[in-house]
Amino acid sequence: MSAVIAVRLEKGSTSTVEAPVREQETRSEDELDIPWQVVVHNDPVNLMSYVTMVFQRVFGYPREKAERHMLEVHQKGRSILWSGVRERAEFYVQQLHGHLLLATLEKIV
Amino acid sequence: MVISCSPPWRKSFDMEICREGDALQISDLDPFLAELLRQIPQSTNPDGAPAAKARLFSQPSAEKEICAEWKSYVEPELRRLFRSATETVAADLAQLNGNEKSLRNRTLRIPLEHADAWLNTLNQARLVIATKYEFSDEELNDHDRSPLGSRRDLGLFQISFYGFLQEFILREISA
Repeated sequence: MSAVIAVRLEKGSTSTVEAPVREQETRSEDELDIPWQVVVHNDPVNLMSYVTMVFQRVFGYPREKAERHMLEVHQKGRSILWSGVRERAEFYVQQLHGHLLLATLEKIV
Repeated sequence: MVISCSPPWRKSFDMEICREGDALQISDLDPFLAELLRQIPQSTNPDGAPAAKARLFSQPSAEKEICAEWKSYVEPELRRLFRSATETVAADLAQLNGNEKSLRNRTLRIPLEHADAWLNTLNQARLVIATKYEFSDEELNDHDRSPLGSRRDLGLFQISFYGFLQEFILREISA
């Protein structure tokens, strides 16, 4: 929403200018501090070896750790791969979607 | 490695797949398998199947605000990534252009630097086919079903065949 205000320039004359509008902030500082987690969900189509490779590439995890997470996804339906600040979590989820894995970011409550 | 897809129901479909220097080589291709390879790019198309499109571009969060931002800023990038991978695969598959007769014993050479594009495109194709036909877990693990019974059965065979290619590529790039 914008507003119009009158500004007195000199005696007897006025002009109108647009009042500056503060855009709505989508992320407050407090919100940015809330930790987020990257969750990968089970998918019956993606190959186990492929999922392991993606975890190694995206998170730089050693093969054993990547396999552990892959098995957790397979057996429990989901695994938390990473937690931390939102921007980084978004980056990881984008990478995972680029490899067509089912991944979401969730606030840690 | 010689591959023979020879379930009990019919003749086998043969091909040979191996690493040749900086490329993967698929040779002695049965025309049926060659045709399935040629169908990879078009199989990634989710048009007409909203569920398949939703699977390729899945929701990143339960929060509406995040999903809206994602749709505006991230989805276009993902779309470009998927299209680029598919175009790379389609260009490699041009080696198989020709009629069925000329496909007999044809060789396909996949440069290793295209391995990521192949993995991505094969995955797109498998996900789109699986979502379109709503295959159950049980069906996805049934590797003995004839691909000739129906279009649905052929879809299941495609998922299996493309998965085998993914496994081979993964093995070679991590060797």
